[in-house]
Amino acid sequence: MTAVLPERPVGGRLIDQFEYGLDAPICLTWELTYACNLACVHCLSSSGRRDPRELSTAEAEHVIDELQRMQVFYVNVGGGEPTVRPDFWHLLDYAIGHDVGVKFSTNGVKLDKTRAAQLARTDYVDVQISLDGATAEVNDRVRGEGSFATATRALANLAEAGMKDFKVSVVVTRENAGQLDEFKALTDSYGAQLRITRLRPSGRGADVWDQLHPTQAQQRDLYQWLLANGEHVLTGDSFFHLSAFGEALPGLNLCGAGRVVCLIDPVGDVYACPFAIHENFLAGNVRDEGGFQRVWQSSELFADLRSPQTGGACTKCAHFDACRGGCMAAKFFTGLPLDGPDPECVQGYGETALAARDASLTAPRSHLDHSHTGPVRGQPTLLGMPAIPPAKICDESPLAGLDLR
Amino acid sequence: MATDVVFDAALPWQRARSVALRPEPFGALVYHFGNRKLSFLKSKQLVSVVQTLADHPSALAAIEAGGVPEAQRPAYVKALADLARSQMIEPRESA
Repeated sequence: MTAVLPERPVGGRLIDQFEYGLDAPICLTWELTYACNLACVHCLSSSGRRDPRELSTAEAEHVIDELQRMQVFYVNVGGGEPTVRPDFWHLLDYAIGHDVGVKFSTNGVKLDKTRAAQLARTDYVDVQISLDGATAEVNDRVRGEGSFATATRALANLAEAGMKDFKVSVVVTRENAGQLDEFKALTDSYGAQLRITRLRPSGRGADVWDQLHPTQAQQRDLYQWLLANGEHVLTGDSFFHLSAFGEALPGLNLCGAGRVVCLIDPVGDVYACPFAIHENFLAGNVRDEGGFQRVWQSSELFADLRSPQTGGACTKCAHFDACRGGCMAAKFFTGLPLDGPDPECVQGYGETALAARDASLTAPRSHLDHSHTGPVRGQPTLLGMPAIPPAKICDESPLAGLDLR
Repeated sequence: MATDVVFDAALPWQRARSVALRPEPFGALVYHFGNRKLSFLKSKQLVSVVQTLADHPSALAAIEAGGVPEAQRPAYVKALADLARSQMIEPRESA
């Protein structure tokens, strides 16, 4: 099945080396649970309900032991909402105690003053608070009513506790792309650092991608903004497809899936990238014989991903060296071929490719969906879903339900 | 961010105490546990120079002992200067 792999060149550019993969990931995302108190419309992992097969505390500790042995120096922890796991704070300490630093993403629901003070006292931990609008109006439409207040309360608690270098993490959408300066100002006001990343059509993101992904004009503005402000803003190197506008953006301009990046999901499944929760990108499970190390170093899928792209429409493009064909997950979940253009290709080839898709074929969907099945408190309003009704009708208005005719 | 470490290859250096090297097929990944910076050593020869810095009276001596060809030595000095700037290597007190 596996093709004969091209041999790794000696010397040359690092990016060429990265294409052949590393002995351990540089950027490992670990989602601790599918449970989440929110129901964000664009959730990349379709989170909501806990999966009964999620790793136990002992199994999670075992993974951390393995990461320490492999010298994975830090992990990006997410979910779901990782802090709703009762053993979250224990696992955080356990990882730090084993030379595995933790950067975790949270909506802020558990970051009260006590936890903020605890984090401020802990070395080797980074916190990212997710916010997808610089105003409650823009944020709550996507993340749910009250989520802006929750996030900014957490930010205030962290700032007050003297936490250093915490982040505000923003997914850039059509609705907030015009707020970049406001995001920067908001972040600065808490002494935090801004991190902006790309919206992918992954998980529930596939359902809203057409509606929320930035327009071509917004992409150009974003590119200019990054060139002007990029030095002080983190991006997780997620906008490398914009490099085809001209100047390369700082960071790794390459799809790192299975090469330098991967995902361990809450049940221990290892996927090529956090945005690729789909059977086609499932390399193995940490519970398998040989654990995570064996999956990373020996899985057939990752071996296949660790070779430079040699064919396909993009390799003939003058900008191929700049964007390397863009994001694998973005192509896959919009039904585009993996060796063709990114759906948001800034040269316009993506739009052409999207238009040329066979209308009779539907884009692939993940086999997993942990979305809440009923309404949640603070439902996002983007999709026009009804808000959860008040428990008692007079919670809404003292006159509610009164027929005053 | 920027520190005022001036790299002098004639002085003794060592890998910083809070820095770990992870071997990779092309060389090594360098990680600083303190400032959380990540860097890469792009050849195995450079890895061995960095690892043996502490055994030599100067960075230059480590480069020479590592068998780095004359023509490549300036590039190695520059690589070490970059590592000094990001605090991956630090000056050593005694030779």
